[in-house]
Amino acid sequence: MANLALDAATEAASELAADEPGSASGFFGWLFYSDGFHAPTVGEFFPPALFGEGTFFEFNRIMLARVIAAAVLILIFWLVARRATVIPTRGQSLVEMLLDFVLVQIVEQVMSKENAKRFLPFLATLFLAVFAFNITGVIPFINMPGTALIGLPIIMALWVYVLYLTVGIKQHGFGGYLKTSLFPAGVPKPIYILLTPIEFLQVFILRPATLALRLAANMMAGHLLLVLCFAATQYLFFEAALALKAVGSVTLIAGLAFTLFEVFVSALQAYVFVMLSSVYITMAVEEEH
Amino acid sequence: MTTASLIVNAAEEGEFPNPLIPAAYDILWSSVIFLVVVGVFMVLLLPKLQRVLDERAEKIEGGILKAEQAQAEAAAALEEYTEQLTEARAEAARIREDARAEAGQIVAETRESAAEDAQRLVQTAHKQIDAERQQAIVSLRGEVGALASELASRIVGESLADDARQQRIIDSFLDDLEAQVSDTSKAKG
Repeated sequence: MANLALDAATEAASELAADEPGSASGFFGWLFYSDGFHAPTVGEFFPPALFGEGTFFEFNRIMLARVIAAAVLILIFWLVARRATVIPTRGQSLVEMLLDFVLVQIVEQVMSKENAKRFLPFLATLFLAVFAFNITGVIPFINMPGTALIGLPIIMALWVYVLYLTVGIKQHGFGGYLKTSLFPAGVPKPIYILLTPIEFLQVFILRPATLALRLAANMMAGHLLLVLCFAATQYLFFEAALALKAVGSVTLIAGLAFTLFEVFVSALQAYVFVMLSSVYITMAVEEEH
Repeated sequence: MTTASLIVNAAEEGEFPNPLIPAAYDILWSSVIFLVVVGVFMVLLLPKLQRVLDERAEKIEGGILKAEQAQAEAAAALEEYTEQLTEARAEAARIREDARAEAGQIVAETRESAAEDAQRLVQTAHKQIDAERQQAIVSLRGEVGALASELASRIVGESLADDARQQRIIDSFLDDLEAQVSDTSKAKG
């Protein structure tokens, strides 16, 4: 049935296109236009600038997605916090459940209670921010995860990096921190020849790099998958030969499935990011590990 | 120009930067946005929510404390009540015991005084009897002398011919005497 309707729409679109040969015009013409199948490329992540093209202040669609995500996140929490009461409303309960999840399921899993209390505000903010910037990938009309472009993951990972180095040095002193992190206790001395370079790479390069790359790569891959599915659907429905149109419903369903999967990945990556950040901070402030 | 065709064009040109190397503008806007989010959350929103959560925790703790207090008070009241009840029961038992003892005492006292009264009556009677006997003895003693002298005068007055006569005289004297005594007692009555 849906296919029939789509076919009818396609016909209408092709009539429209026939009226003005060479290019599609009008909303439906644009909506149902296909000039062949294009696999998504890395260009997805370098959309045209909205303003300031080529300058330091270049602002494009992905930046806009981030601004919207940040604004909505702040708005939701501002609305809740503004009239937060001791007896919670339904919305407040949801927000509190979210914060409680970060505290109980992530932070307290790896930290002691005092440390959890100390670092919870930042880690909860981090969780919410990562999730908000991820979820824009499946929000209609935004359709671009704010974290798919490496800049934001790098900033967030850098923040965590600076934070754990700072608290580590504050806790142990500069030399003490180097010693506890580069020369873990309870290892035979010769092993340090192997272990210390590895630990150095770990602490100073790999941890922040993997944090940023894992998040960006996951969101990039997810976005490309969605674009692939929907671009294929568009092509198959409106351009391909009749027999191939049925395949379009398969890619459409795959697109729906991947959309749901991306919702899950958004939450999962936020969880992973914050969990690993908690672990890194704990390793820095703990006496021995 | 559509977005799609832009991408196609760009792809055909093949001039995309490495996606793993951040562009300067990307870093700039990312920093701005993330700083704003972190700042607003950590300075404004989370402390406010935390305050409410703390307040709630405090209230719940206060409520639990109050409930515990009330329970303790109730337990204390119950204990006091039980104690009072026990005391009251003990007192009632004591009062009953006292009353019983008092009653016994009263009975004993009454019995004693009755016995005393009886004894006193008996003693009075005894004394009266003694006094009467004394009186009788005194009056008898007086009369016996008179009688003896009368008897002697009679014996001396009449000739004592024989024993039979003598016997008769004594008998009649005793009869007189008897009559006299009975008269006296009758007169005393």
